[in-house]
Formats: sequence, C-alpha cells, structure tokens
Amino acid sequence: MEIRSKEFKDRAVFAIHDASLQQALGKARGGFVGKRAQQAAELPEFEQLREEAKNTKNHILDHLDHYLERYEAAVTAAGGHVHWARDAEEARKIILDICQRVDAKTVTKGKSMVSEEIGLNEALIDNGMEVIETDLGEYIIQLAHEPPSHIIAPAVHKTKDQVSDLFEAAHGGPRKTEVPDLVNEARMVLRDKYFRADVGITGGNFLVAETGSSIIVTNEGNGDLTQTLAKVHIVTSGIERVVPTLDDATLFLRLLARSATGQETETYTTISTGPRRADDLDGPEEYHVVLVDNGRSKMLAGRFKDMLRCIRCGACMNHCPVYGAVGGHAYGWVYPGPMGSVLTPLIKGLDNAYDLPNACTLNGRCASVCPVKIPLPDLLRELRHMQHQQDLTPVMQKRALKVWRYVATRPKLYHALEQVGARVLSAIARNGSIRRLPLASGWTDVRDLPAPAGRTFLELWQGKRGQK
Amino acid sequence: MTETPTRGPRVGLFATCLMNVFRPNVGFSAVKLLEDAGCTVEVPANQTCCGQPGYNSGDYDAARALARQVIEAFEHYDYIVGPSGSCMATIRHDYPVLFQNDDVWRPRAQALSEKSWELLSFLADVLHAAPADARYDGTVTYHDSCSGLRGLGIKGQPRALLGEVDGLKLKEMEDSEVCCGFGGTFCVKYPEISEKMVEDKVRNILASGADTLVGGDLGCLMNIAGRLKRIHAPVKVFHTAEVLAGLADGPGLAGAAKEAD
Amino acid sequence: MSTSNARDAILGSVRNALRRGPLDDTRRAELDARVPRHTRPAQGEDLVARFIRKFESRAGTTARVASRADVPAAVEAYRAGKGLPARAAVGAALQDLAFPGLEIHHGAAGVSEMLSVSQALAGIAEPGSLMMASGPASPITHNFVPDDHVVVLDAGAIVGHFEEAWAVLRARAEGMPRATNIISGPSRTADVEQTIQLGAHGPRRVHVIIVG
Ligand code: SF4
Repeated sequence: MEIRSKEFKDRAVFAIHDASLQQALGKARGGFVGKRAQQAAELPEFEQLREEAKNTKNHILDHLDHYLERYEAAVTAAGGHVHWARDAEEARKIILDICQRVDAKTVTKGKSMVSEEIGLNEALIDNGMEVIETDLGEYIIQLAHEPPSHIIAPAVHKTKDQVSDLFEAAHGGPRKTEVPDLVNEARMVLRDKYFRADVGITGGNFLVAETGSSIIVTNEGNGDLTQTLAKVHIVTSGIERVVPTLDDATLFLRLLARSATGQETETYTTISTGPRRADDLDGPEEYHVVLVDNGRSKMLAGRFKDMLRCIRCGACMNHCPVYGAVGGHAYGWVYPGPMGSVLTPLIKGLDNAYDLPNACTLNGRCASVCPVKIPLPDLLRELRHMQHQQDLTPVMQKRALKVWRYVATRPKLYHALEQVGARVLSAIARNGSIRRLPLASGWTDVRDLPAPAGRTFLELWQGKRGQK
Repeated sequence: MTETPTRGPRVGLFATCLMNVFRPNVGFSAVKLLEDAGCTVEVPANQTCCGQPGYNSGDYDAARALARQVIEAFEHYDYIVGPSGSCMATIRHDYPVLFQNDDVWRPRAQALSEKSWELLSFLADVLHAAPADARYDGTVTYHDSCSGLRGLGIKGQPRALLGEVDGLKLKEMEDSEVCCGFGGTFCVKYPEISEKMVEDKVRNILASGADTLVGGDLGCLMNIAGRLKRIHAPVKVFHTAEVLAGLADGPGLAGAAKEAD
Repeated sequence: MSTSNARDAILGSVRNALRRGPLDDTRRAELDARVPRHTRPAQGEDLVARFIRKFESRAGTTARVASRADVPAAVEAYRAGKGLPARAAVGAALQDLAFPGLEIHHGAAGVSEMLSVSQALAGIAEPGSLMMASGPASPITHNFVPDDHVVVLDAGAIVGHFEEAWAVLRARAEGMPRATNIISGPSRTADVEQTIQLGAHGPRRVHVIIVG
C-alpha cells in the first residue's frame, strides 16, 4: 500500500468535515471505551496481567532468535513450512510463488494487518487471482477500494447506509437497509467463495514455539472457514508474534479481547498446527507460515524495542482523541492511531511521516490502556527527537526553538519580555480576551485568547514582598 | 500580609510561564494556600520555564539547559511546588530521564524530582491541608488535565479539596479524563484537530449543567476558556487553586472585566 | 528464492540488535525448561455452573442431561424445536449413539448442511468456552458450516482455566490436533455500525448438551 502520511494535515481536515465519517466515529468511540473499562473492572487481576504481559513480551524479545528457531522446528515437525521474509517484497514473492505453484484462481483472506503491510492483495490481483477478504469489515472496504481505518474494526468509518450502497452495487440488489439483512447477504456471497478457494490466507495473533501452532482470534469464524476449506493455508505474521508456550499465549488471550472490543473473549480462538492429517476429513493440504521482518529486527536494537510488544488490540486508537477526531485514513498507511504513529515512521521512514509523531498532545490515555504497557507518548517524543536531530523539523519551528532557548535561559530578559507581552496583550484585549492575533492565528482561528491582567506574577510579587 | 511562619517547610514556588503572564491570581492563590497550611513560600527570581516545550519538540539539549536552570534555582528548598500538573510532571518524571547518562546532573535531577509536587497533591497528600473557610457559590465541573491525571495520579485530591468549599456543588461531566486538545504547541500546529477536541470537551462541560469549570493546568484552561468565549457560552473558568483560596471572586479566564491587581 | 539466506539474515539481525551471538546450549536448555507461571484469574464457582453462565452470556444455549444415552433425545428436541429438517452431520466420535428418525452421516459438512452434532474435547469454565479438537471423528467443518451446531460436552470434561485445557491437549497420545477450536458462542460480527449480529459466517446458533 502506497504511503500517504505526508498528507496527514490535509486528510485530517478533510476527515473532520466529513459528516458521515464523524457520525460513524462518534458511534464507535463510546462503545469500545465503555466496554473495555467494564471488562477491566470485572477482572481484578487485570492490572497484574498487564504487568506480566509486558514482562513476558520483554523476555520473548530478549530471546527472539531462540524462540523463532524453536517455533520453526516445531512447525516443520508438524508437517508445515516456515518461510522467512526480510521485507515486504520478499514476503509478497514467497506467497505469490506458493499461489502460482498450486495454480490458485481464488484466494480467500482472513483479516491480516501484515498482509496489508506488505501490500499482498495488489500483488495477487496483478497476477490474475481473485482475492476475497472474508472478514466482514475487510470485505466492506475491499468493495469500497479503501484501506482499513482501524486494525480491529477495519470498516469502522462506514455508516450502515454506505454499506447498503456498496452491497447493492456489488451484489446487484435488492437494496438491504437493516444490519441483519446486510450481514446475511455477505454471509451468502462469501460462503460460496470459501468452498471455491484454492488458497486461504490468515494472519497470526500468536505463534507458539512449544507446538508450532498459529493462533487466530475472531468473532465471525471467517478465519476458520478460510483456512479449513482452502487447499492451502498460508499464515502471514511478524517475527515478534512468537510466544514460547500455550500458557504464555493464554496471558495475552486474557488481555486481547478485553482490550480490543471489550469482550471477555472473542467467539473463536483457533490453534492451527500443520496441514490436514492422513485420516482427516477436512482441512488444508498444505500449511505455510511466512515470517515477516520488515524493519522489526532493527527496532529491537534501541528505544523502540517496546513497540514490538504490541499485540495489535487497537485499544490505543480507541482511546486516542486525535484518532477519534480524524479517523484512521488520515494517518495515510496501514497502522493508524498511536501505535501507527510510532510504527509508520519506523517502517516507512521518518521523513515520510513527519506529522504522525507530532500530531499528538501526549495526553497518555493510550499508554494507560495498552495491555502490554507500551509507553507510546514517550516513543512519539523520541521520534520527534530523531526528527530534530536529523534536521527534519520545519525551519520556522527550529528557529522558534532557538530563540526560545536563548531567551528562556536568561531569566532577566525572559521576564522583561513576559512583562511586555502581558502589557501588550492586555492592551489589545476586549472584554477579557483577544479574538484575533495575527502571529498566533493557530490559536485565535479556533478560540479566543484569554487576556492577561497587565502585569506579571513575578512583577506583582516583587512589588508586594519586595524580594531581591 | 501576615508574617510568614518560621516553622513548616520552605517551599519554592514554581511560577509557570502561563501563570506568570496570563493569570497572576493563580500564583497568589497558591501562595495563600501554602502559607495557610504553614509553609514558608519563596519565589526565586532566577526561574523561567521548566523546559517542556523543548523536550516535547524533541530538542533535548534545550530541555536540559532549562532543567539545569530550574535545578539550580530550586534545589536548596525543601520542596518545589507549582500550580500545574504538566510542568511538575516534567520536573518529576522527565528531568531524571533527561540526565540519565550524566553522572553530575542525574543525582541533582533525581533529588529535585523527589521533592517536586503539583500544588493540589502537595496540599492533600503531603500537608493534609484543608482549604480555610473558602466559599464559592456555584456548580463546578472539574476537568482532569492529562499530565496531572496520568503523570502524577491527581484525581481524587482536587475533588476532595473542592468538596470542602462552602456553597460549591461539584458536578462531574462526561469524559472528564479526555484531553481537551491543548497539548502545548499541538494546539497551534494542528488547530483543526485541536478545535474538534476542545469542541467535544466544551459540549461535555455544557451538558453537565455546571456554571463554572475548574482544573489544574492553565494551558488546558486557557484553551477551554478561549473556546467557551468564542461560542459565547456563559461558563466561568478558574484554576482550582483560585477557588480553594477564595480568590475566585473576580472574572474567570477570558472573563469580561479586567483583573484588579 | 533464498529464503534460507533471509532466515540467516533475520536471525543475524535479531542477534545484532540484541548485541550478542547465538545463545549457548546451557542458556537454550534453560529457556526450554522455563515454566511460565502467569496469574490465573480467581474462580470461586462450580465449574459447570460457571461454564453455563458464561456460555449463555454470549447467546449460546445449553441443556443438561443425565447420561450419554439421553443425548439423541436432547438433539431431537433441539432439532424439532428449531424446525430443522431431520438430517445432520454427526461426528464419528458420537457413533456409539443411535439417532432414530435423524438421517445422519459422519463426513465433512457441505455448503448446504443445516445441522451438525459434535463431541467436545473439553469445556473451559474461565471464559465458558468449548474446546474442539479436529480429527477424523470430529471434522472442523461441523463447527463452522451448518447454521445450527449442537455440541456434546461431558460435565467431567469441564476444566477451570485455559492452562488446564492445554494440559488436556498435551496429554493426547496423537499430539496436537490439526485445528483446536475454542468456541465461545455463535458466530458474530459488529462490523456494521458496531451493531452485534449473530451468524456472521459460522453457526447462527450453538447449543451445548452437557452430559452428567
Ligand atoms: S500499542 Fe498497545 S494498545 Fe495499541 S494496538 Fe498495540 S498492544 Fe494494543
């Protein structure tokens, strides 16, 4: 997928003025937040589990090579194949080769953010395959030719009316307007695809080294039909998704659904281990796992190692007021919200996503709900620091910082300027505030500037107490 | 002014930039509350800014320069106290991190960090003080500023203290913990997003039915007050300290009449 | 394709980032011997009661019978109650039972299958979920294709926590099943305006017959 994060500002403004998007975002926000809070409150051990999840992920990351090797050996022992991809291009080629080898015509897909990250659909379609997203949300946005706007609710930006339009155009009507009818229509259309599929591709929430299994968690069951009914099952996953044992996976399972959708558990947790066995009546004949690095191993080296703990639950974006204002598409690539604002610059380059780390108030709500305690605001600030050091900061801002530093490290000068400022602003104010201030239009376009009293606190204090 | 008591801790008041320029009354309120609770308050003249604008802009060197200045100005006090969760969280949490690789300044930053307090949590958690016969006739809703709330755990203290003010009725708004869209330079760099956020905040304030908004950070309060003023909403805005000190008798932030000195 | 080169490059890059070479055998043995001891949420409830309460909280339904011999009647009651045709895909794990009046087969479920009946490997009381193991006697298609899925669960096979369910898997002579499905109710989606709708792709209804 083409990165458009450079257009963040324009896309954000556009989103804010998109009435149906705002309607859809408004509906989503309260639900996710309230349900997650309820789940957290109902599980007394929740905070303890977050701490353990953080520590366990750190342990895994410190021994990632070992667990990956153990995982690979276990997959192979179960009759599956592990493929390693350094980058998106390698990953696409591996998957394309498998599909072409089995002469695939129809490829079904469960939701996989890694497949979005590597731009898989385009590659398969360009090679003449029919690719069908089977997660209902993904299916909707595939019909709309749009990327997902949320990592667990990809079509969260669509209203019911928009879904009706898309389905009518794609399925040929009659137009359905109620949610049950829309869901049923998609169910019928997609059933046929599952049974025709040559290859089924899913993501992997967890890869278990102990057993060589991949685990996916869904509510719809689409991931299961995708992998069961196709001849070949391909799992795409980031290298950081490995966990040592089933018991370790459990720790994250206890947190995932609660953090993501505010459910105690999602409907289906599926542990897949290798291809169909000799006497099985169903299941795929081949089982492949594509382990994608794409910048992850480099992240392991420094401050951003914390980011590799991410279990892709989406809680950070559900609780992000900026995401809530602009939606996922403004971020311009696959991963939106706080986690995306960290990942996108790291994977696609700092200069390609200048705004993402900056368009954040560092309010910290994301970190306070992250199930693996990723210090997202600190990481965003760290990216700003890198931008500053690499001279990517806009010239005006750099200059302003220089002047600020010069003045602020000279208390007498600073106070003198504050006194002038307080007097000038006080003089131009009307009725307690200033409506327009040319040099601060970013402020006054949106709100009045409360007027100062005329004299500064330090000035008044020294007058009163006569200190120094 | 009464003579300052000789016992009790010596407190250096951190006079935040916004308070210094826009709201001296907050400073005097802080002094009154601290002195009423038995502190000796001084306001060092060689202080400016905590350095957060530089830190959050990724200019760590500038932030360190400012941090050194604050450390030097305040390290000889028993406590450094300021009426801002945001500045005080910077001093408490970020200074030690800024100097983590500096053997000379790390211990000094750490020492200052440990005696740094946001005003209301200092009053409640350290001094266990209650506001002396303050009165405020009105229905008040409280905005949880993010740095104070998540950085310093300030949530119950201001509410408890406000609960002791005669005549004051506290009414919670929806989403009081959600950011108002200020975010320092964020609000001028991304004005449209900030507008959307402050609009949501203002809607919740108005829906609460309160006639007064209070909070612990002037940045947020100026943002919200400016927006309330822009849409002509008749809600008064004060810093919590002003209400607790009984000094919320003049116009609120962006309020019509000029402040008396 | 040089996927083995990619493998070495990725593992090398991981080690590079961690500033070390491959782990030595002692350390590897230690890691292999690591036994995770994560917090298990406290439960103070009868396992069967908790299973039923949790499973039903997500729109699943349950019935309880005294013995395995009562299962066919319970299936028939469910079928008749839902007005389903008298045909079902039944896992061979239940082939010891006769289903009079029901036309059954033990094969995989096809696209037009309306009803299936399966044997669960275990129940997990913690979330109130079924654990199904795939195999010739319990095809996976039975769990996902029909509109109505009836599952037979022995009360004695209900364990408290996930960890105990994994112990059941590890104890199997044949090892891990190809697919282990943990099923917590009917298929659902909230992808259209966050409105919960049952029967997204999998069964519209899941009914558990608890035996014992
Ligand atoms: S960063 Fe944390 S909250 Fe956000 S998606 Fe990842 S795990 Fe979830």
